Amino acid sequence: MATEGLHENETLASLKSEAESLKGKLEEERAKLRDVELHQVAERVEALGQFVMKTRRTLKGHGNKVLCMDWCKDKRRIVSSSQDGKVIVWDSFTTNKEHAVTMPCTWVMACAYAPSGCAIACGGLDNKCSVYPLTFDKNENMAAKKKSVAMHTNYLSACSFTNSDMQILTASGDGTCALWDVESGQLLQSFHGHGADVLCLDLAPSETGNTFVSGGCDKKAMVWDMRSGQCVQAFETHESDINSVRYYPSGDAFASGSDDATCRLYDLRADREVAIYSKESIIFGASSVDFSLSGRLLFAGYNDYTINVWDVLKGSRVSILFGHENRVSTLRVSPDGTAFCSGSWDHTLRVWA
Amino acid sequence: MVQPICKPNLEKKETVITYLSNYMLDPIKNPNIEDIITKMQDDKTGGVPIRTVKSFLSKIPSVVTGTDIVQWLMKNLSIEDPVEAIHLGSLIAAQGYIFPISDHVLTMKDDGTFYRFQAPYFWPSNCWEPENTDYAIYLCKRTMQNKARLELADYEAENLARLQRAFARKWEFIFMQAEAQVKIDRKKDKTERKILDSQERAFWDVHRPVPGCVNTTEMDIRKCRRLKNPQKVKKSVYGVTEESQAQSPVHVLSQPIRKTTKEDIRKQITFLNAQIDRHCLKMSKVAESLIAYTEQYMEYDPLITPAEPSNPWISDDVALWDIEMSKEPSQQRVKRWGFSFDEILKDQVGRDQFLRFLESEFSSENLRFWLAVQDLKKQPLQDVAKRVEEIWQEFLAPGAPSAINLDSHSYEITSQNVKDGGRYTFEDAQEHIYKLMKSDSYARFLRSNAYQDLLLAKKKVSLGRADLLFLALLTLACCLLLV
Repeated sequence: MATEGLHENETLASLKSEAESLKGKLEEERAKLRDVELHQVAERVEALGQFVMKTRRTLKGHGNKVLCMDWCKDKRRIVSSSQDGKVIVWDSFTTNKEHAVTMPCTWVMACAYAPSGCAIACGGLDNKCSVYPLTFDKNENMAAKKKSVAMHTNYLSACSFTNSDMQILTASGDGTCALWDVESGQLLQSFHGHGADVLCLDLAPSETGNTFVSGGCDKKAMVWDMRSGQCVQAFETHESDINSVRYYPSGDAFASGSDDATCRLYDLRADREVAIYSKESIIFGASSVDFSLSGRLLFAGYNDYTINVWDVLKGSRVSILFGHENRVSTLRVSPDGTAFCSGSWDHTLRVWA
Repeated sequence: MVQPICKPNLEKKETVITYLSNYMLDPIKNPNIEDIITKMQDDKTGGVPIRTVKSFLSKIPSVVTGTDIVQWLMKNLSIEDPVEAIHLGSLIAAQGYIFPISDHVLTMKDDGTFYRFQAPYFWPSNCWEPENTDYAIYLCKRTMQNKARLELADYEAENLARLQRAFARKWEFIFMQAEAQVKIDRKKDKTERKILDSQERAFWDVHRPVPGCVNTTEMDIRKCRRLKNPQKVKKSVYGVTEESQAQSPVHVLSQPIRKTTKEDIRKQITFLNAQIDRHCLKMSKVAESLIAYTEQYMEYDPLITPAEPSNPWISDDVALWDIEMSKEPSQQRVKRWGFSFDEILKDQVGRDQFLRFLESEFSSENLRFWLAVQDLKKQPLQDVAKRVEEIWQEFLAPGAPSAINLDSHSYEITSQNVKDGGRYTFEDAQEHIYKLMKSDSYARFLRSNAYQDLLLAKKKVSLGRADLLFLALLTLACCLLLV
């Protein structure tokens, strides 16, 4: 290439200073668009009424910390995974356990329900993501049909099916995310860019979109194009690990929960952070976040055993929910928004409404 | 080599500062708790009243009541509800920064119970992972002290018995260490000893909690790696160095951290340039958009607007879900299809209605193409090539039975892509068709009789059995009257 000679003259230092000046320019450009704050505009929005949410179901059965959970599209079944290697599928409406499988590793940090409801995926310290078809034959051993799909070089921190049973998106402690073909186990696309462990991911809710967001120990949240593997947007305002990311229902924004004890809202069209959800009295990290159906409420589970409910638009806390007896490690709103489920290090899961 | 215990004397500010600065670099520490605890003890800036309390025949040095702590938390952290303050206080206690002087269970009560502050030496951020040998030494030395207040609790006695069995062969060594510690302790001033003994006990309450209590030293394994000394030999509380100290089962980073290369920075520069060129919306526009979306959907949000007939989780009645499963959509559901094109595409029933409408206009090929491409993206890798060919033949090839209308540019790109036959072959075409449907067919569908009828469905009077019976009786009555 003709330009290669030019590149030889660039030193690491000169490149770094170019990058720094570009960062400055970018900040300047973004600052021009900051004509108002979200909570200021939201002053005209009617305040939410008195909030009463209670535990409606308690799921007991795990022998150790619950690390992750996911809802089935049928709005009542859930899959949960635990530190002791157990993955359980429950009908959380009746609290009955329907399936259980023991993984060969401890710390199963990720689990997901397939869109069809016919399979689950999970993984953790084994560095893999495995898919288990759910069988209703009592005689069949679930573990026998296990399929190893993803292979990372460090722990699996998160996994999610795309809108099909045939593809899985994974995030890992090896600093990468990856898209896999379930049938063949082939790597379809990998996503490099995080400077440390990736702890979480969420797929954009669009019918046509091919993007997802990830959060990591490098304090960055990154938005990726699934086709090209490129990072299309990045946000770095948190002061510590980002434990959880979740899209706002319209797909135009996403929220994050971090060890810096704050949750934040980032808008993709403004390309910046647009709200911080924090309080002086909240000093423990937020482990898991999710929006209510309309996006008005943000539920966040914390390491201080509580769940805080935030008014997304006004930025204020609407309610604090006590109940768990140890850290809340995972939290998801149900597919139709009628409830949300939280999992905790106290070995239980709770469904709230 | 036995190291003496560092005197955790709070009056020696340098010690506190040294420890504070040591773990400023520690990513695991919770900076906020330690700031709070330090502020709480600072009498110059309105800290809690720490005093020596006269009790019976003796004095209780350096204590503060639960009420004082709860009040302080409420005032200084702007907490309105005392329940929240008590919960936070309990957590700070459970973490080991403050402790009740007369209880092994680390919790906080809003009453006259006395608490004492933990010495920074024993703070969790010092990355303590005390071995069982240390714990054995501690319990052993407790049995050597005759004071009533230092008697072992039942669970401690059980622990000691277990440790004696486990360390049977080196118990002599442990016993000697315990004796040495007792000697060191005896040299201290009586009041100081009271304080130090309680702090030491509280340390062990954190690391060997009462059965049933939360062990707050348990770590999230994903964060373990970045501890200060993940692989170094763990330090002993009592300065004991041992050959057989076990490695903690920490999951280690298998690859080294990469140094930033020129290529990395070039990529960053490209990325930054792309961001600068990006057209972004002003905050005011973004805020309006977020508010509009939320306000539109709030009536559909069951956690804000109670669901009709009821929320299954609250009423234990699945009627809501049964209604949603039925093929007859509610007026509310039909209204939602009008919010955005994505809404109707998301809803199976909505899609079917839209497809039926398009079929009536003999223009269903666009939607069918869009659906086929969505389906293509869901296929397992091995089936992709076949499906690409099928879609091409059905919708785009010359003479295709369901020919869609693409502009020449898009058609060019697509026919090129087909040669590779990948999952994203029809991305460009799909985008065009989506935009076309959105601005044309979707808009017409919303104005159509088919949609409008569904939207007004509830307003049509549908006769139930009771209505029919009433009508029948009325008719009969009229007939009788006429006769």
